[in-house]
Amino acid sequence: MTSTSETSGSGRAVGADLERADARAKVAGQAPYAFEHPVENPCYAHAVLSSVPRGRITSVDTGAACREDGVITVLTYENAERLASTDDAELAILQEPEVAFHGQIVGAVIAETPEAARHAASLVRITYATEPHESELKPDENELYRPDSANGGADTDSMLGDLDAAMEAAAADPEAVALDETYVTAMTHCNPMEPHATIAVWQGDELTLYDSSQSVHGHRDTLAEVFGIDRGRVHMICPYVGGGFGSKGEPHAHAVLAALTARAVPGRPVKLALTRQQMFTLVGYRTPTYQRVRLAAGADGRLTGIGMDAVEQTSRIKEFAEQSANPTRTMYAAEHRRTTHRLAHLDVPVPSWMRAPGECPGMFGPEVAMDELAERLGMDPVELRIRNDAPVAPETGKPFSSRNLVACLNEGARRFGWHGRDPRPGVRRDGRWLVGTGVASSAYPVNRVPGSVAAVQYVGEGRYRVDIGAADLGTGAWTVLAQIAADRLDVPLDAVELRIGDTALPKATVAGGSSGTAMWGSAIVAAARTFRERHGNDPSPGDHAQAETPGNPHAERFAMHAFGAQFVEVRVDADTGEIRVPRLLGVFAAGRIINPRTARSQLVGGMTMGLSMALHEETVTDPRYGLLVNHDLANYHVTANADVRSIEAHWIDEDDPYVNPLGIKGIGEIGITGTAAAVVNAVRHATGVRVREVPVMLDKVLNGMS
Amino acid sequence: METEIKLRVDGQEREVTVDTRTTVLDALRERLGITSPKKGCDHGQCGSCTVLLDGRRATTCLALAVAHDGAEIVTAEGLGTDGELHPVQQAFVDHDALQCGYCTPGQVCSAVGVLREAAQGWPSVVTEVGAEGDIAPARLDHEEIAERMSGNLCRCGAYVNIVPAVAAAAEAEGAGR
Amino acid sequence: MKPFRYERATDAEHAVATVAAHPGAAFLGAGTNLVDHLKLGITAPDLLVDVSRLPLDEVAETADGGLRVGANVRNADLAAHPAVRARYPVLSQALLSGASGQLRNLATTGGNLLQRTRCAYFQDPSTPCNKRDPGTGCAALEGWTRYHAILGASSHCVAVHPSDMAVAMAALDAVVVTLGPDGERRIPVTDFHRLPGDAPHRDTVLRHGELITAVELPGLPWATRSRYRKVRDRASYAFALVSVAVALDLEDDGRTVREARIALGGIAHKPWRAERAEQALRGLPATEENCRTAADAETADAHPLRDNAFKIPLVRNTLAAVVRDLVPETPSGSLEGAR
Repeated sequence: MTSTSETSGSGRAVGADLERADARAKVAGQAPYAFEHPVENPCYAHAVLSSVPRGRITSVDTGAACREDGVITVLTYENAERLASTDDAELAILQEPEVAFHGQIVGAVIAETPEAARHAASLVRITYATEPHESELKPDENELYRPDSANGGADTDSMLGDLDAAMEAAAADPEAVALDETYVTAMTHCNPMEPHATIAVWQGDELTLYDSSQSVHGHRDTLAEVFGIDRGRVHMICPYVGGGFGSKGEPHAHAVLAALTARAVPGRPVKLALTRQQMFTLVGYRTPTYQRVRLAAGADGRLTGIGMDAVEQTSRIKEFAEQSANPTRTMYAAEHRRTTHRLAHLDVPVPSWMRAPGECPGMFGPEVAMDELAERLGMDPVELRIRNDAPVAPETGKPFSSRNLVACLNEGARRFGWHGRDPRPGVRRDGRWLVGTGVASSAYPVNRVPGSVAAVQYVGEGRYRVDIGAADLGTGAWTVLAQIAADRLDVPLDAVELRIGDTALPKATVAGGSSGTAMWGSAIVAAARTFRERHGNDPSPGDHAQAETPGNPHAERFAMHAFGAQFVEVRVDADTGEIRVPRLLGVFAAGRIINPRTARSQLVGGMTMGLSMALHEETVTDPRYGLLVNHDLANYHVTANADVRSIEAHWIDEDDPYVNPLGIKGIGEIGITGTAAAVVNAVRHATGVRVREVPVMLDKVLNGMS
Repeated sequence: METEIKLRVDGQEREVTVDTRTTVLDALRERLGITSPKKGCDHGQCGSCTVLLDGRRATTCLALAVAHDGAEIVTAEGLGTDGELHPVQQAFVDHDALQCGYCTPGQVCSAVGVLREAAQGWPSVVTEVGAEGDIAPARLDHEEIAERMSGNLCRCGAYVNIVPAVAAAAEAEGAGR
Repeated sequence: MKPFRYERATDAEHAVATVAAHPGAAFLGAGTNLVDHLKLGITAPDLLVDVSRLPLDEVAETADGGLRVGANVRNADLAAHPAVRARYPVLSQALLSGASGQLRNLATTGGNLLQRTRCAYFQDPSTPCNKRDPGTGCAALEGWTRYHAILGASSHCVAVHPSDMAVAMAALDAVVVTLGPDGERRIPVTDFHRLPGDAPHRDTVLRHGELITAVELPGLPWATRSRYRKVRDRASYAFALVSVAVALDLEDDGRTVREARIALGGIAHKPWRAERAEQALRGLPATEENCRTAADAETADAHPLRDNAFKIPLVRNTLAAVVRDLVPETPSGSLEGAR
């Protein structure tokens, strides 16, 4: 609850345990999401998707659809307007007859009601000349290529010393261990609870969009380019986002489709929502990964060599190179190192961002490998990680701005009750349950995304308006940005009127890369300072100032990362192999925490999604049809309430003066990194079965046990 | 095929013209502008559209509106009284049992339904098989709440806060009985 | 969803006559599965006759000590019914294992029996499916088959029936009571659902226009010793990989099986009454080892597909576990090493 004592003073909002600012509106269902903004006299669009994975449309018959009551028009490549830019092939829909994946947008129906639009969409008859396709990632069969770089500009490969020699030396030394295993993570989908939806309306050449977006300005800029109009003519509004997890970080094809269909009914709003099934092919996903991990270590557990070769898929029409080898470059010290990314171009939907891209899958293989190494060395896995802590960034030699992995491992071990753990696998039983524990490290980089601007205006009577086009996807931005503003303006929290989620506000960077609070917050800090410098402590109504997120003078000097450690207890039913996770405990070192309440929720949320990745999540491809078979929430399982018991997130007070003026590292993604490895390691400890892939489902355990 | 039906929604009599194909969820959201029930999957697979339908929690995405002519519906928006949140809603706020908020109205309605069901002595699949025909109010411990609330998916991962929120509301209600 | 007319039935005979006379008509109960299919384009009736308000919502005692459950009794009400909980715990547990609380509040007894498979291919009209579009082939046969049949399937269809309730009813020898144009029929629930053979589009033996009015549970005093266990990929709110319904009648020694009723879910096109397993257990002590042998007798003819061979050991272990729960005094000596 927001108590007066906490908010009436100044300089005390940051760090206070405050109620989520939008909680009351949300529990009463009064926070409007994209599809819910009231608009006059809307019509409805429903997308038509391709039913073949590769080929060319040979005929289109819209007759039956057009004859349906309430249908206004049907769009296909034959009659849709030409887009100004088709550089982004994912967005260049209805431009040509080529089909690049099963479930690509090939048409749309606009009708007076959603029922009519959907039914008419099913009546659009499209025939195809199909071409041979390849839609399944199989590293031994696909033609792999080396991308120019991985996401975020990460190096495709890295090499230090001679890993092969280190592996050979370790293999030749009876005291040493050379481990060489391949680990697999499944294709997964963000599946935010709010489906991707857009309301679009053209008034002349002005486009207004209500869209579910992690970046109103980013989406606006992209759509303005696609339609060849000035950015100032596109207005995007999105005060609330029903979850994104990366899938709303960039505009996807449906947003273009909404704007295209709205062109057909000028002045009239068009509402377009993807069905849950359609989301599987249209809003991105995490590529499956194959990870060859090599570790060479001496009898003392010190790593002499580390290798990570990641193989992933991307779409033939647009490259997305998940940076899965990235965390290996930072986690542990070793002289000889090699990391690579290789991709297969497939006839598949376009992969995209999903919570902790690169870091999340990339912390699976290596952290299971570390557990295997500990077992082969007869060493405690916590101790093995501590022994290999990197004093400086292993590949660049830069010092860390702060690195508290060891503190997280130690504090986690203490809180979890790790000490005295019997390392033997498969020997603990409690009734029907086999019991085990596991550990893994977590890590996430401190990302800097320049370009956010915040504005502060005094509105009178002690009140300040703070504007920035930021997004709150459940992250707590509505709450924590107001806290930062209150402190930096030195006013009570309730004197701050925050506005976010609108391109009419100053430009904000994406809610992604765990960078939002740091980047937007830094802009607010700068704007507050500018405001006070310019207008003093006794401003007049209307006084205002704005400022941009400043550059970081320390950026080149330091390696900047958040770290953590996760501990898991699993119970495996001895009869059925059903896996339950009664306890999951994480300790994180992620800089300053602005609001412990929303921060804890976010970290726990990341861990919950990590648990979901460990036990449930897998999008299944049927390579015969290029089809994602289990494309709904009954067949694609995410954790349900009963899958979760105790999940605790703790943090270590960390004062990092170099990351940004607020000392924030970002907490949106680190919680999902390492979780799956910790679960799999605990399953091994419980059952004796070593699983090298996620999700770990009961049959994988049962096969090993029987 | 259009037809006129009557619904009582959050205490108000509403007349609405629906297509025979219109679900209760779409009647509320697209025809009446009542958007507190959310569409998450449209197939009964997520629980976001849960309301109290004639007093019981129910998904609305698979219910045809025309078949529920005359129904009494309470959504999350109508749970509170006199501008005050319902105790379950307040408990969700107090426990930060939400993040993005999209599943939340459905969670809240479901939780209200769970409390009613437990008060009637309804078992769940994790209820101990015990005294035959013993219909005392069900005791809502963590396992019971988690099982009973499992029809409401939350992708943000608020479950660890939802369960204590429901427990707190249950306790407060028990104290008031 | 194709436009359709809607009629609300006021009496069962009239509803039956209406649907029987109209080839494109279908009955509407709660709609929790039918509306799914309307949206997905799996079925496209032009007339829905709503039977959900017919007065078929009573649970009544029968002369043989059983219960007659009206077709419109909601799954939630049936699961919570004191007589069901006391006399047929396996049925209450099966109902509570299905779907979610808010779906069980809607779904009806008749509708639950008529649920159609959740086979992902069946639900995706872009793929071939003999059940959805007869003659087009079976996409699942060589596809993703984690949730598919190991027993009783054919090359035309490998789908499984999704109901939990029906599995318990199969173990209890329940009888489905229907009203058709030619009057009432009583169909043992074990004969109600079909194996796919070469006509997988027919899930049940119902004729067009035939309406389920009730399900009768025969009196079975020893069904108090009964249990349902559902093994699934989530702890809740997921369809079965394998489920096991067991009722046991024990000799006075408290461990020898006089009679057993066993039915399996998640493994066949219909709720699978495991008569071979019952036969194998009869007269033997209810030990883990005997249960495993019994399960293996049942799955001896199993034909696992690419992704579901694990269901054979899973049936074996789950049956043993359920019996262990029902016979707690089972010597624990047989517990170790049998796996």
